[in-house]
Amino acid sequence: MNASSANPAVARLPVAAPSEAGIASAPLVAARLTLLRDLQLAFRKPAQLLQPLAFFALVTLLFPLAISPELARLREVAPGVLWAAALLASLLALEFLFRDDAQDGTLEQYALCGQSLTWLLMAKTAAHWLLTGLPLALIAPLAALSLGAPPAALAAIVVTLAVGTVTLSLIGAIGAALTLGIRRSGALLSLLTLPLSLPVLIFGAHATQLAIAGSSWFAPFQLLAALAVLAVTLAPLAAAAAVRISLE
Amino acid sequence: MAWTWFHRLASPPHVYALAARLTPWFAWPAAVCIVAGLYGGLVLAPPDYQQGDGFRIMYVHVPSAWMSLMVYTTMAVAAAIGLIWRMKVAHAVAASCAPIGASFTFVALVTGSLWGEPMWGTYWEWDPRLTSELILLFLYLGYIGLRAGIEDPQRADRASALLAVVGIVNVPIIHYSVVWRNSLHQAPSVMRLAKPAMPLSMLTPLLLMLLGFTLLFGALLLVRLRGEVLARERTASWIREAVEG
Amino acid sequence: MADEMLKAEALQLWRGERHVLRGVDFSLHGGRCLEVTGANGAGKTSLLRVICGLIYPEEGRVLWQGADVRRDLRSFHARVGYLGHEPPLKSDLTARENLKYWIGLRCRLARADLDAALERVGASGWCDRLVRTLSAGQRRRVALAGLALLSVPLWVLDEPTTHLDTEGQALVGTMIAEQLQRGGLVLAAVHHELPLAQQYRARLELPS
Repeated sequence: MNASSANPAVARLPVAAPSEAGIASAPLVAARLTLLRDLQLAFRKPAQLLQPLAFFALVTLLFPLAISPELARLREVAPGVLWAAALLASLLALEFLFRDDAQDGTLEQYALCGQSLTWLLMAKTAAHWLLTGLPLALIAPLAALSLGAPPAALAAIVVTLAVGTVTLSLIGAIGAALTLGIRRSGALLSLLTLPLSLPVLIFGAHATQLAIAGSSWFAPFQLLAALAVLAVTLAPLAAAAAVRISLE
Repeated sequence: MAWTWFHRLASPPHVYALAARLTPWFAWPAAVCIVAGLYGGLVLAPPDYQQGDGFRIMYVHVPSAWMSLMVYTTMAVAAAIGLIWRMKVAHAVAASCAPIGASFTFVALVTGSLWGEPMWGTYWEWDPRLTSELILLFLYLGYIGLRAGIEDPQRADRASALLAVVGIVNVPIIHYSVVWRNSLHQAPSVMRLAKPAMPLSMLTPLLLMLLGFTLLFGALLLVRLRGEVLARERTASWIREAVEG
Repeated sequence: MADEMLKAEALQLWRGERHVLRGVDFSLHGGRCLEVTGANGAGKTSLLRVICGLIYPEEGRVLWQGADVRRDLRSFHARVGYLGHEPPLKSDLTARENLKYWIGLRCRLARADLDAALERVGASGWCDRLVRTLSAGQRRRVALAGLALLSVPLWVLDEPTTHLDTEGQALVGTMIAEQLQRGGLVLAAVHHELPLAQQYRARLELPS
């Protein structure tokens, strides 16, 4: 009956006990583990994190050279430049979101591990934002100052970009999930993601404009925050559906 | 009883035959409405007191813009049905809608631009409606591009269907944000028509054109749908009978 | 666990224009291993993915203990361990870190259990090196350790002996035998026969 030819000295394989807390708490545990792992992985290859930031800085550098070195003129276009650059940089950063996981079968395992794919993807997108969106918001003051923004507006710029990049990461996750496995999908990803991201650009740039002018930027910021809340609620569901479609 | 109708609609050979029978019922009324509408709008209606004869482009522009949105909605609804109930025919309908909708959007943009030129001297204005139309064109192009980019036809269907559903949710948000943006700047609108109410002689041709364009969409959709069904089912046995018989 | 039963009923699958699965039927009871064989492109991987619920068949269904798996896909997945062509190990983490994550996603893991599993597959010497430095065979051994730690009734394996030397292949046979003795089920797509006793085996050949 016993077909085993194993070394009898090796003990029989012990069996791991299922989580004592039950399934209900498991999605958050799984999400937390995934978030931490993505952060851990990113810090083992830190050079990759700098690329979107460098791109952002480069794009903002284009405009003083292309338009005019006069700070007064730059100050007028600064909101648009900052937000357009942030949008493009976050597009660039989207490549890192799912590419590795799709290639090595991690996404497949996520769909099969019995945990909520929506929560896992939310954790991945949160890690992505912490690694790309938030740093972008934090270095934006440097770019803003170089474009003639007054120091009083810098806090507004950081806050609005931090909130806006949350939505950008989430919308981008949907686009990235839809284009998984397509060769040279960069242009297609931009075509899919940019139209959906335009409201963020509009409200964010307007808030920055008001802040630079010294007025209250609360109204557009409220809209920006509302978009972020909507995105957090709906985008992970759409991204999970898109991942499942790509695995079929 | 209702469900048998629904399930018959899911069968490609049935849809193929049905589309063939229905096409004339859409095509001829469409032609009549459009010809009548054009005659009424271009010839019969009096010139607008503000814009003279230039406003007549509205008779093509407004129906095109209206259809561009309606086609996207139809596409999204068909896509959702295909996603939820896994009906291949629903995906075929969505695929057929996309180029038609993109064409309507393009026509709306061109006619909108032509309308602006005699009024404002420029071929383009960042008017909220024109801007929204342009963004809608990109949404269509994204859908068509995604379909083209995925090789596996089933995955292409489902991925683009999800994109259409995400898109339709975003369309009101995008439109609102553009309108909000423009309201801050009081940018001139190309679309100002005589207010408070349009006289009946101006309105009737417009309504005729709207109806005509809707019927035209129906006819074009049915024709494209037959082509889509043929292409998708080309290895199936019923094709030979349907094409030869 | 002895009553677990996996059943496939009249599965039909098309990929594009190819009719990949034509009415596949089988029934698998606890303590048995079903070897799915066939030429390249016959649909072995597709069949496995349909069983797992990743792909939706055009017709037919998959039953687990009499219930359609589609009714509650997530609890079905909680009972399945899937091993694909490439083990999902991150190159920048160590073998141990990788396993801790994958098992931790599903259940609580004691360090002693993890150590024992790594020792079982012969990985104790190199389990703290980055996966990037490991050979394909070593990676597969790590994946096998993870599979065993999951303690799920159904194993779905896509060519489990790839990259493994004879000793590794014997290890696969032993681990599968142990899983079967616990009353579990194994579904494996293979090119060659697994090193298993005849009485545990069933075979399904997919025509090309």
